[in-house]
Amino acid sequence: MTVELGQISLLAALLTALVLGVVPMIGSYTGNRRFIAVSTSASLIQFLLLIISFGILTSAFVVQDFSVEYVARNSNSLLPMHYRFSAVWSAHEGSLLLWELILAVWIAAVALFSKRLPEIFRARVLAVLGWISVGFLLFIILTSNPFGRLIPSAVEGLDLNPLLQDFGLIIHPPLLYMGYVGFSVAFAFAVAALLGGEVSRDWVRWSRPWTLVAWAFLTIGIALGSWWAYYELGWGGYWFWDPVENASFMPWLVGTALIHSQAVTEKRGAFGNWTLLLALSAFSLSLLGTFLVRSGVLTSVHAFASDPTRGIFILIYLAVVVGGSLTLYAARAPKMIQGGGFAGMSRETFLLVNNLVFAVMAAMVLTGTLYPLLIDALGAGKISVGPPYFGLLFTWLLVPLVIALPFGIFSRWQQDSGSRLAGILRWPLLASLAIGAVVWVMQPSIGFVSAAGITGGAWVILGSLFYVGQFQLKKKSFRIPGSILAMTLAHVGLGVFLVGLSMVSTLSTEKHLRMEAGDKYQMAGYTFEFLGTKIVQGPNYTANEGEFVISKGDQEITRLYPQKREYAQRGNMMTEAAIDPGLTRDLYVSLGEPLDQSGRAWAVRVYHKPFIRWIWLGAIFMLAGGMLAAANKRYRRKMPATAPVKTEAKEVAA
Amino acid sequence: MTPTRKRRLIAVLVIIFGVGISAVIAMQALNENMLFFVSPTDVEEQALPAGKRFRLGGLVATESVSRAEDSLAVTFVVTDGAHSVDVRFDGILPDLFREGQGIIALGQLTPDGHFEADEVLAKHDENYMPPEVADALEKAGHVESEL
Repeated sequence: MTVELGQISLLAALLTALVLGVVPMIGSYTGNRRFIAVSTSASLIQFLLLIISFGILTSAFVVQDFSVEYVARNSNSLLPMHYRFSAVWSAHEGSLLLWELILAVWIAAVALFSKRLPEIFRARVLAVLGWISVGFLLFIILTSNPFGRLIPSAVEGLDLNPLLQDFGLIIHPPLLYMGYVGFSVAFAFAVAALLGGEVSRDWVRWSRPWTLVAWAFLTIGIALGSWWAYYELGWGGYWFWDPVENASFMPWLVGTALIHSQAVTEKRGAFGNWTLLLALSAFSLSLLGTFLVRSGVLTSVHAFASDPTRGIFILIYLAVVVGGSLTLYAARAPKMIQGGGFAGMSRETFLLVNNLVFAVMAAMVLTGTLYPLLIDALGAGKISVGPPYFGLLFTWLLVPLVIALPFGIFSRWQQDSGSRLAGILRWPLLASLAIGAVVWVMQPSIGFVSAAGITGGAWVILGSLFYVGQFQLKKKSFRIPGSILAMTLAHVGLGVFLVGLSMVSTLSTEKHLRMEAGDKYQMAGYTFEFLGTKIVQGPNYTANEGEFVISKGDQEITRLYPQKREYAQRGNMMTEAAIDPGLTRDLYVSLGEPLDQSGRAWAVRVYHKPFIRWIWLGAIFMLAGGMLAAANKRYRRKMPATAPVKTEAKEVAA
Repeated sequence: MTPTRKRRLIAVLVIIFGVGISAVIAMQALNENMLFFVSPTDVEEQALPAGKRFRLGGLVATESVSRAEDSLAVTFVVTDGAHSVDVRFDGILPDLFREGQGIIALGQLTPDGHFEADEVLAKHDENYMPPEVADALEKAGHVESEL
């Protein structure tokens, strides 16, 4: 019976979302304050109902209720307890419920933490979010009900996909969705501003912390996915330019452009319409991503069952959201804020470079992702776009972005002089060139492109740190303002990422070997000795576990135990890589397959990956920067309608 | 034309030029990295040039996998029911690779008519068939019971 309660509260949530979408919106036009006040209670009630619904599905997993089809498909009586929680969002229906729950979290957060906004504006923001929620709840209830019963009930469950029985899966989807779905808030702010024909740019300031938090979550969500792929897929790749990865990467690119253009619009009023357009696009791309993943139209390593009705539903939803918001934009944007002018050499120009690069990157990824669909629809054959396409474009597009970044940090709004900037930045420039040259000389195999990448990374890091140093000297104070620290952290994150990427893409050694017990292999100064395999019994699998002794010279560094698991219920094989992580290098060993009947000889992957951790370390810096920026007190202050921000703008960084 | 307008015009032209250049480079890169999906029937019917990379998809024929004694080299046959192609691969096969399973191999034809794969993909889910492979099998008139 309880499971039906879950479904009932889902239906109740739909009704609440409808009320949230309609009543406050009417109130905002008629001025009925009781109608407007509904927005808060409806937001919170919807949140509670979804918590109940989600909690009931979770408890069905915990108590192993195999009379629920979704549970029977994705769980098993042998499944360890902690995976029963994450199994809730391991497949289509449950992950949509998670999506909706997270949307409700964001809506409730807006309802609770934006009390200082003008009533009417706030009511419209919540109503727009209410409509987004209506669409998604309809999608779940009509096409993807997780509470469907299985009659007669199953005796045993099919088990959770072994790839997903992992710590990474417990946290990756919730964090990714926090980012993905979080852009709905920026979207709702933009639509509310368009509805009201906001002439002031206050809405941009109000929406900034929300956008920053969503962006920070998306950053870490993507990084976690990459880290998970690296250790769990068993072949050591960290990014594949897979359509589903691209689906989360496009909103990130546009979101990154958005947080920078919001800075310009808030401080100077310039880029006003562009900021609106980016806010609308970021969430539209999140929805497009959901469509691509959930409809099964694309070939991807993320295999999901393709169901045409689901695809069509999301496509209609996408069309309504994109079409509706763009129509509104076309009608209202020309009347919106117009910004002040700026000179060719000014912070605005450098941020324009940032925005152009990110917009072009997003367009390129979109093209590469959708091109195969287009070709297929035209009947011109089935194609896929290879990773070199994306790699080449990103390498080139990063050049202007990286060069401009430190200039953007140091430059003044409106007007600056090139010689002043060159004077300040000559030291970081010379230092980073020197670093790049030294690395190249010491390690010629790294090649020009990666040496340039390291120079670029150093230039971004040193430029950022130099700014903090200068700021301190001028102020003669040791307190760094939060906004500057936040910006520095995020930019240093980019630099760290660039260094890691440059190192790992050229200096990695990857060998696929045939090894018998007792065989040794030398790589990058390390000796890998294979001692053989033994059978190990897990809770719901049996594994062949290899033992490798890694030594440097005469000294043993570590022992690695990669596994080849066979999961009992589904009978599928899984590779568990064994990794010795380090700040400057990872040692990675995984078992391929047994090559003879006796099981003495195995196909083995042996990798040496320098600086790979820096790729994810960079994302952690960005996460910290985004969160710190959002926590800035400035956003919580109640400000007069149009605040004179000019004086502040000179010093406080974007 | 006022100086401001002139500056703006230059700025707009620079942007259009930059975006245009990137668009051209992008289209070039896209065309160079396009991989066509080809079924064993297509290989038979079309004269595909040796040395051109593409994706070959189909089922791994039963009892066709044979492994070298002292290296990772392996050969197997990919079939769509109507025709088949011999595939050579030197490396580690994915976990879900097995006979009767749908796979996609990336590589090129050699002059002697073999397919030299540099990457072999099988899907995460054992029930899952890559959409192109399912499509190609259907076209070749392959029925499940023939397996």
